[in-house]
Amino acid sequence: MTSTIKLTALAFLAGIAALPVAAGAQTKPKAADPALVDAYIKSTFGKASPEWQQRITPDETLKTCNAYRNDVPPAEAEAITKRELAKVVYPSDGKYLGDWKSGAKIANNGRGGQFSDPPDTVSGGNCYACHQMEQAEVSYGTLGPSLMHYGKDRKYAPEDIKAAYTKIYDSQAVFACSNMPRFGANKVLSEQQIKDLVAFLFDPESPVNK
Amino acid sequence: MRHSVIRSAVAVAILLCAAGIVRAQDSSEKEIERYREMISDPMSNPGYLAVDRGEALWSEKRGTKNVSLEGCDLGMGPGKLEGAFAKLPRYFADSDKVMDLEQRLLWCMQTVQGLDTKDIIARRFSGPGKPSDLEDLVAYIANKSNGMKIDIPLDNPKEQEMAAVGEALFYRRGGVNDFSCSTCHADEGKRIRLQGLPNLSKPGKQPQETMGTWPTYRVSQGALRTMQHRLWDCYRQQRWPVPEYGSDALTALTVFLQKQAAGGEINVPSIKR
Repeated sequence: MTSTIKLTALAFLAGIAALPVAAGAQTKPKAADPALVDAYIKSTFGKASPEWQQRITPDETLKTCNAYRNDVPPAEAEAITKRELAKVVYPSDGKYLGDWKSGAKIANNGRGGQFSDPPDTVSGGNCYACHQMEQAEVSYGTLGPSLMHYGKDRKYAPEDIKAAYTKIYDSQAVFACSNMPRFGANKVLSEQQIKDLVAFLFDPESPVNK
Repeated sequence: MRHSVIRSAVAVAILLCAAGIVRAQDSSEKEIERYREMISDPMSNPGYLAVDRGEALWSEKRGTKNVSLEGCDLGMGPGKLEGAFAKLPRYFADSDKVMDLEQRLLWCMQTVQGLDTKDIIARRFSGPGKPSDLEDLVAYIANKSNGMKIDIPLDNPKEQEMAAVGEALFYRRGGVNDFSCSTCHADEGKRIRLQGLPNLSKPGKQPQETMGTWPTYRVSQGALRTMQHRLWDCYRQQRWPVPEYGSDALTALTVFLQKQAAGGEINVPSIKR
C-alpha cells in the first residue's frame, strides 16, 4: 500500500523532472531544479581549478542533451548538428589519411584527461573501450558499433573517409547528442591524431581491413 | 594459514584477470564467475580482515571525549548496527542533513568523540602501509546488514530532493569527453573492453546486485573499497574533476542508486576484480 503511494509519488516526480527547465522553480525543491543540481555540483567539485570547472560547465549543445537526456526532438537535433559541424576544422591540404600504425596505438591508448593523469599527458582515443576494430584485438567494448572492416566495407570511398574524419572530430556534427566524445572540438585529439585514426580505419594495409 | 589461503586466492585472481585479456569474452566471463564462487567463502575473502579491524575501531575510545563510536546513531538508535546500512543514506535530524554511512561516521567522530578527522579523511582510501579507518568501519557496519534488503527511507523532503538531484546527476554530461554516468550505465548488456557494465538506469536486478555488493574487496587494488571510492573512480574515468569526499553530490547519486536498488539483498564485503 505505502509502496504504491511511493511509486505514484516517484512517477509524479519523474514527470516533473521531464518538464522543461522553467517549471522547476514553482514546484517543490525535490523536483530537480537545474539551479539546485548546480549547487550540488559546486559542493562536490567546487574546489577544482577554473580550467577543470570549465570542463563541467555544459555548452549550448550539452545543455540541450542534458535537458532531453540525449533524446532530442528533430528541431533541436538539427540545431546541434549545424552548430557542431561549424566547429570541425578540416586538414588544410585536404588529406585525411595519416599513418595507420600510429592510429592503432592511439586507438589502444586510454590515457589522458583523468585527474590521475599528469597534466601534460598526450590523450589517446581509447577507441577499443567502446568499439571492435582489428580482429586480433579481442579486448574491445560494445558501447559503440563494431568498426571491423570499416574501410573495406565502404570500398575506401573518399566521401566515407571525410565522414569518418568529421565523426571523430565532432560526433555531434553527425548525430546530435551522440554518446561519443567530440575529440577534435574538445581538443582531446590533435588533427594529426585524427588523421592517423582515419588511416587505421581506411588504409587497405590496416589490420582493421584484414 | 589464513593469510596463505588469501595469498593464493589473490594469485589465482590475478592469473585469471591476466588470462581474461587474451580470452574471448564469453569464456573469460565464465572464468571470472568461477573464481567469484571459489572466493565467496569469508575465510578466503581478504575483505573480512577489514571487517575485523572495523569492529575494533568501533569500540575503541578516541577523541577529546575519550568515548567509542558506540554512542553513534546510524539511524536505528545509538550503537545499533543491525540493518542500519540497508537504510542509508537517510535524513538525520541532529545534523539536518541526508548522510551516507561515511558522512555519518565523520559526523559521529567529530560530534560524539570529539575526534579531529583531518587525518581520518587524509586516509579515506587505504594504500600500502596506510590503513583507512573509514573503509574498515564501513566494512564492519555494512556487514551487519548481510541478508537484509536495501530499503532507504524517502519520506523526508530532503531525501526526496537527494533522489531527484541524484537522478539528474546520473544523466549530466561533462568533462572533455562529454561523459555522464548514463554513458556507460543506461543500456543493456554493454561492456568497456571486457568489463561488463550494469544498467543502473532502471530499478531492478542490476542496480540491486551492484549496490548489494559494495563495499567490496578489489583484487586489482588489494584493498577494501566503499561506494565513495567507486564514485570517485567513476568520475576519474569520466574525466570529471576530483569529487570532494563525503560531499552532497556523491550522496545524492548514492540515494538515487539505492532507490534503483530497493529490495536488493546485501552481501558484503563482496569481492570484485
